[in-house]
Amino acid sequence: MSERVQIQATINGEPVQFLAEPRQSLLEALRDELGMTGAKEGCGNGNCGACNVILDGRLVDSCIVLAAEVEGRLLTTIEGIAQGNHLHPLQQAFLEEAALQCGVCTPGFIVAAKALLDRTPHPTEDQVRHWLAGNLCRCTGYDKIVRAVLRASESTEANA
Amino acid sequence: MQAIAYQSAKSIDEAVSVLRQWGERARVLSGGTDLIAQLREGRRHDVEVVLDIKSIPEARELRYSPGQGLYLGAAVPCYRIYEDAAIARAYPALADSAALIGGIQIQSRAAIGGNLCNASPAADAIPSLIALGATCEIAGPNGRRTLPVEQFCIGPGRSALEQNEFLVALRLPSPAAQSGSCFLRFIPRNEMDIAVANAAVALTLNPAKDRITAARVAIGAVAPTPLLVPEAAAALIGAPLTEATLERAAEAARAAARPITDMRGSIAQRRHLARVLTRRAIESAIQRAKES
Repeated sequence: MSERVQIQATINGEPVQFLAEPRQSLLEALRDELGMTGAKEGCGNGNCGACNVILDGRLVDSCIVLAAEVEGRLLTTIEGIAQGNHLHPLQQAFLEEAALQCGVCTPGFIVAAKALLDRTPHPTEDQVRHWLAGNLCRCTGYDKIVRAVLRASESTEANA
Repeated sequence: MQAIAYQSAKSIDEAVSVLRQWGERARVLSGGTDLIAQLREGRRHDVEVVLDIKSIPEARELRYSPGQGLYLGAAVPCYRIYEDAAIARAYPALADSAALIGGIQIQSRAAIGGNLCNASPAADAIPSLIALGATCEIAGPNGRRTLPVEQFCIGPGRSALEQNEFLVALRLPSPAAQSGSCFLRFIPRNEMDIAVANAAVALTLNPAKDRITAARVAIGAVAPTPLLVPEAAAALIGAPLTEATLERAAEAARAAARPITDMRGSIAQRRHLARVLTRRAIESAIQRAKES
């Protein structure tokens, strides 16, 4: 029953093979099997967005995706947002706007914002707030985060 | 969370055979936004196998034509409804529901069919499906059958699916000319919450657009299951579009509500909301019908 299954997926552009138990969430597989600890477990039930990844172009909560479901699919995690040492404009903007305190929600916010800017390069403030409704922050508050996303959207590189 | 097996069926027959093999120990997985959360929270100890239906062509198909209506595979995620302009225009109440279930992350995965099968009294898609006259297509060991969606939920978390059956798809009839629909929900927050009460209305106007010729009204989170309210529809059909007509329909929805008091709201508040939301959904549906 708890036999591990082999899963192949493309993660941040690289083909990856790993073993996971069918009961493991994608988040658990990323963190515990692949050592990719950027995505965080906040609520563990799809309410907080700290575990956000982009799966076949759609933003999802990886805590409520089974690892077994990603066979053959394309995944982008927070680890794939920067290009080597070159920060993504969203990461730069989060630093410049001081849009984080404890940082636990930050990978999820950046991945969620990336998914937004991929679709809507120049969102309005309302669009940003609506899009980020599934991401919770318990310390910074949302104004700085929204400002950072808007600032990044003004950068011509945001869609790079 | 307990150990489980994961099986992905490629066809309806394969899914039924897995269900026959595992019986009540199997649970169908579409978007997983309810099921996986329930498993992880230890609320589904009975489940030993999750049966993923997302690779079954009939469960992932979404097809609309003005002549044939809407075919909505049970595993089609919410975003595909509201991102399809023709579908959103033909079935605005369904698009309303799809766009406010959870946040963007949930809408990437959560399926309208899954929302129905979870059978929550507060489900945000079910009143819209009821108002829009949806029919369930069900597969099981004895073949296929159909069921009007208002008969699908039989109690909180309980559906009319028999043992080893699963929901394959929903079919919605094409809206007549001069039709409009609307779904509204009351929650204390702006987003990401469970309905205190909700309501959906679908209606058709006469060519002069001054009378309602057909209507269906459904309310949710005010009874053990989402409710079709024929009395509210009866108050609208054939009556002039006056304040009194709208109030009679809204009052019929209030009278049909059989809510409980819980952490989200009281009986009195929910009855009141059933009336107000129904009233507002009627007004919006009329407006949309006039603009259609």
